[in-house]
Amino acid sequence: MAETALGHADRTASQQPGLRGIAADWSSDQRAFKNVSWGKAMMWIFLLSDTFIFGCFLLSYMTARMSTTVPWPNPSEVFALHLFGRDIPLILIAIMTFVLISSSGTMAMAVNFGYRHDRRKTAVLMLLTAALGATFVSMQAFEWTKLITEGVRPWANPWGAAQFGSSFFMITGFHGTHVTIGVIFLLVTARKVWRGDYEAGARGFFTSRRGQYENVEIMGLYWHFVDLVWVFIFAFFYLW
Amino acid sequence: MAQAEAQDHGLHGSAVPAPAVAHVEGQQHPVRLYLVVWGWLFILSAGSYSIDYFGLQGYLRWGLIITFMMLKAGLIVAVFMHMAWERLALAYAILVPPLLILVFVTIMVLESDYTELTRILSFSVGP
Repeated sequence: MAETALGHADRTASQQPGLRGIAADWSSDQRAFKNVSWGKAMMWIFLLSDTFIFGCFLLSYMTARMSTTVPWPNPSEVFALHLFGRDIPLILIAIMTFVLISSSGTMAMAVNFGYRHDRRKTAVLMLLTAALGATFVSMQAFEWTKLITEGVRPWANPWGAAQFGSSFFMITGFHGTHVTIGVIFLLVTARKVWRGDYEAGARGFFTSRRGQYENVEIMGLYWHFVDLVWVFIFAFFYLW
Repeated sequence: MAQAEAQDHGLHGSAVPAPAVAHVEGQQHPVRLYLVVWGWLFILSAGSYSIDYFGLQGYLRWGLIITFMMLKAGLIVAVFMHMAWERLALAYAILVPPLLILVFVTIMVLESDYTELTRILSFSVGP
């Protein structure tokens, strides 16, 4: 019982809605996030800090692009692929976007089935998410290889402003790292779901709260964030 | 009995041995909702890509890029990350601070304009 009380804060009648609720929650003793467990709150705060990291990357890219007097390479042509006898602009990036969005969809479904205690479906959907994530990273590796063989370096490239390479490797590299870590995290969590660790409250990393699938949702928050960052990278780096 | 007790203590559910209602756990929404949002994310991404495919330029291009981007981000945060159903105290704590980045953007736009001007004045070969 004590476990339940710690995990899911009780929704007491005194919780107020709206702006008054914000003031009441923040000025109350001990915990501001009333119906949110520590795990979820901490993941959100981590994601907030990560938002600032990616925000600073995109900002430095903006500054470099705005302040250079050399023309910026046209991403539409740089990332075109020669398919079916013609150059299709940006096609690889478009496919990567759809792959990542699909992985976000499967992750959302996994969270949903987790809360329904459907272990099998949850684990399968998480593994599918991990597979889509791995596909994304492989396509990014292909993209990097292609650009490097074409002569893009952090300090130079054949088409224009030298800062293009440094921004590209920095931003997509950091995002790719996030996806890779996410895939590993997904595999670990999926294995725990499959074995029924959450059902039994087995000892170990984040599993000790019996019968609670909130960790799948917390994992999902991280994964959706990775997709969210890609939305901004796609818009600002590839389309702009 | 249990219900009366719960009311006495001003508690609902957690400290009382499980009436059926207290078993509703976490974020539960119909699967259909996720599929609809998924579909919209596909449509919006296709829209973003077609901006580039059809080579739109200028303010139309930038306006559409930003619009599609914000709509996608909003859907992901609100539905997939369940922010729409969290208490406002959490939503404001997480969503308001990133707005400060916009202040930073303003500062850096001014700064980079100045840098570009200096570069043109100092490094360009004269006419």
